[in-house]
Amino acid sequence: MKLITGNDLKTGAVTWWTGDGWSIHIEDAADAGDEAEAIATREEAARRVNVPYVIEAEAGPDGAPRPAHIKERVRALGPTVRVDLTLKPDDPTAAQKVI
Amino acid sequence: MYAYDQYDQAMVDARVAEFRDQCERRLAGKLSEDQFKPLRLMNGLYLQLHAYMLRVAIPYGTLNGGQMRVLADIAEKYDRGYGHFTTRQNIQYNWIKLEDAADILADLAKVEMHAIQTSGNCIRNISSDHFAGAAADEVADPRPYAELLRQWSSFHPEFSYLPRKFKICVIASENDRAAMRLHDIGIRIVERDGELGAQFYVGGGMGRTPMIAPLIRDFVPLDQLVTYSEACLRVYNRYGRRDNKYKARIKILVHELGAEEYTRQVEEEFAHLLDQGVEPPLAELERIKGYFRDPDMPDAGQEADRSDPDFAVWLDHNTHAHKMPGYVSAIVSLKPVGGIPGDATAAQMRVLADLAERYSFDELRIMHTQNVVLPHVRKADLYALWQALNEAGMGTPNADLMGDIIACPGLDYCSLANARSIPIAQRISQRFAANGKEAALGELKLKISGCINACGHHHAGHIGILGVDRKGTENYQLLLGGSEAEDTSLAKITGPGFDELGIVDAVETAADVYLRERTEGERFLDTYRRIGMAPFKEALYD
Ligand code: HEM
Ligand code: SF4
Repeated sequence: MKLITGNDLKTGAVTWWTGDGWSIHIEDAADAGDEAEAIATREEAARRVNVPYVIEAEAGPDGAPRPAHIKERVRALGPTVRVDLTLKPDDPTAAQKVI
Repeated sequence: MYAYDQYDQAMVDARVAEFRDQCERRLAGKLSEDQFKPLRLMNGLYLQLHAYMLRVAIPYGTLNGGQMRVLADIAEKYDRGYGHFTTRQNIQYNWIKLEDAADILADLAKVEMHAIQTSGNCIRNISSDHFAGAAADEVADPRPYAELLRQWSSFHPEFSYLPRKFKICVIASENDRAAMRLHDIGIRIVERDGELGAQFYVGGGMGRTPMIAPLIRDFVPLDQLVTYSEACLRVYNRYGRRDNKYKARIKILVHELGAEEYTRQVEEEFAHLLDQGVEPPLAELERIKGYFRDPDMPDAGQEADRSDPDFAVWLDHNTHAHKMPGYVSAIVSLKPVGGIPGDATAAQMRVLADLAERYSFDELRIMHTQNVVLPHVRKADLYALWQALNEAGMGTPNADLMGDIIACPGLDYCSLANARSIPIAQRISQRFAANGKEAALGELKLKISGCINACGHHHAGHIGILGVDRKGTENYQLLLGGSEAEDTSLAKITGPGFDELGIVDAVETAADVYLRERTEGERFLDTYRRIGMAPFKEALYD
């Protein structure tokens, strides 16, 4: 599947295209399919997310999209060395799942 | 310490106002990211993996308690309670919001700090010896010269758009504690026949094409320091390659022309510049020197009491000889076992500010090894200092030992990374704390970068580790034999890379080869240089 991601203009936070807006949780991300590049371009022009771009992902074991590249998996979670600062501070296995 | 005059302050304040306006226009959607990016980078604001990242300049790594306290306040108020000290003696914040960026710069400006020229193809923050003004072996305090060059290079109109970034380092001792020869220009202040002058090493660097800078002039009189620097930059600005980003650093120009031809062109330019009035009057240098006068350090005549064995270990590893009797420079470790190299919490920064004020004449230094120095501590105060550091988790006695690892942010934070650096550093420090080999190994400098850009100095590690991407998984190459000191050398790759766990074993294997092969008094690096790569390879791959 194809996801669209970027960093929020105001906060810089990693953000994912949900189909009708943006969410910081990859669980909300929508498969943008063939539309992906067009949506990214449109969203770039809307100037609320910095340089939106398209990435490859697949459905992960927990149903949430799992990006193909480790860099995007780190982005989706947060720094693996500071799980307390990630989006899953209470999941001790969160960092391991990124690898 | 240098204090801003009205010009410095006016320039910095004006820049804050300008950037505030630019941020507002970006937030209002009036600027695109393409338009805004070069503007934010001119103010040290990057976009990294999880947020904006702000890099704040700490000129030649020197700051006072008040400044450190503001760094702590920023970490707490605008970030997530910590900052990361870097190999270029700066600090980076990882969780900055664009909405706050101008306010942060305004807070910094109040204590004479900024983020100008911490990014982009300009002359970056000038680095120096972290023991400057304190070291027993220096011929002079290098910082006034670094400060003179800072003023010359700040907003220098001719050099604001160089082919690539430009890093200058100034030291003033035979012993190199600042990786001087791995800079675009490395300057060493030397004494000849009772007169001070500057040696110029030009064209060093790390990154994808590491090079050791050759000496191009062994004595530039100090009243020609700026003029000679200008000549070096001018030749580079004119002929440095702009067609290929990877060949744009001065090291490539010097290498392609040959040091001799580059030098000839510099000398020609220099002769031309000499009567152009480029050099500031010597009185300006004298004025600057006035800010760096030694504090009044009466000899208290007392040695530290070594009766506490843990303290004695710290004393042996984490203090450095001072030029004044009765004093030492103390190294504060930001490398607790299993910790994140170079990270300090706001609370730790405040402790450092307090300790600097109480014990070190209100001075602090950031080391390129991502630790902190209290430069002028009375020996009689060391025990109390050590206790306070220990309480704040900053008393690990590991300077220049295996646990004192340099690591760049790597894939946990950096958008250019191939692999994570920090977890590797954490595992190695834990492994060697557990196996008890750290003390036996002695001086061993391990440096890790998450990609070929070499921000973690892996080329200069006695042991270096480079993160690479192997078909989408993290892989780590092992390098041996580098040094950033006066015996500068570049490390060589041992062979095929290792996975995340394998690299930790590989480091231990290399350490064991050294323990087996070393002769009396040899450091890891010395043994490697004597026996070469073969025995290590054999142990690693057979
Ligand atoms: C996280 C954002 C960072 C980015 C985007 C970044 C980018 C780069 C790049 C592209 C280079 C290669 C330049 C070249 O070879 O022409 C480089 C080199 C370097 N960077 Fe970074 N870096 C970052 C963080 C750091 C940090 C945290 C440190 C200190 C720990 C650092 C210190 C250095 C040093 C010492 C070099 C090599 C020396 C040289 O040849 O210039 N950088 N960086
Ligand atoms: S070496 Fe690479 S991964 Fe590490 S901070 Fe520099 S650019 Fe990022």
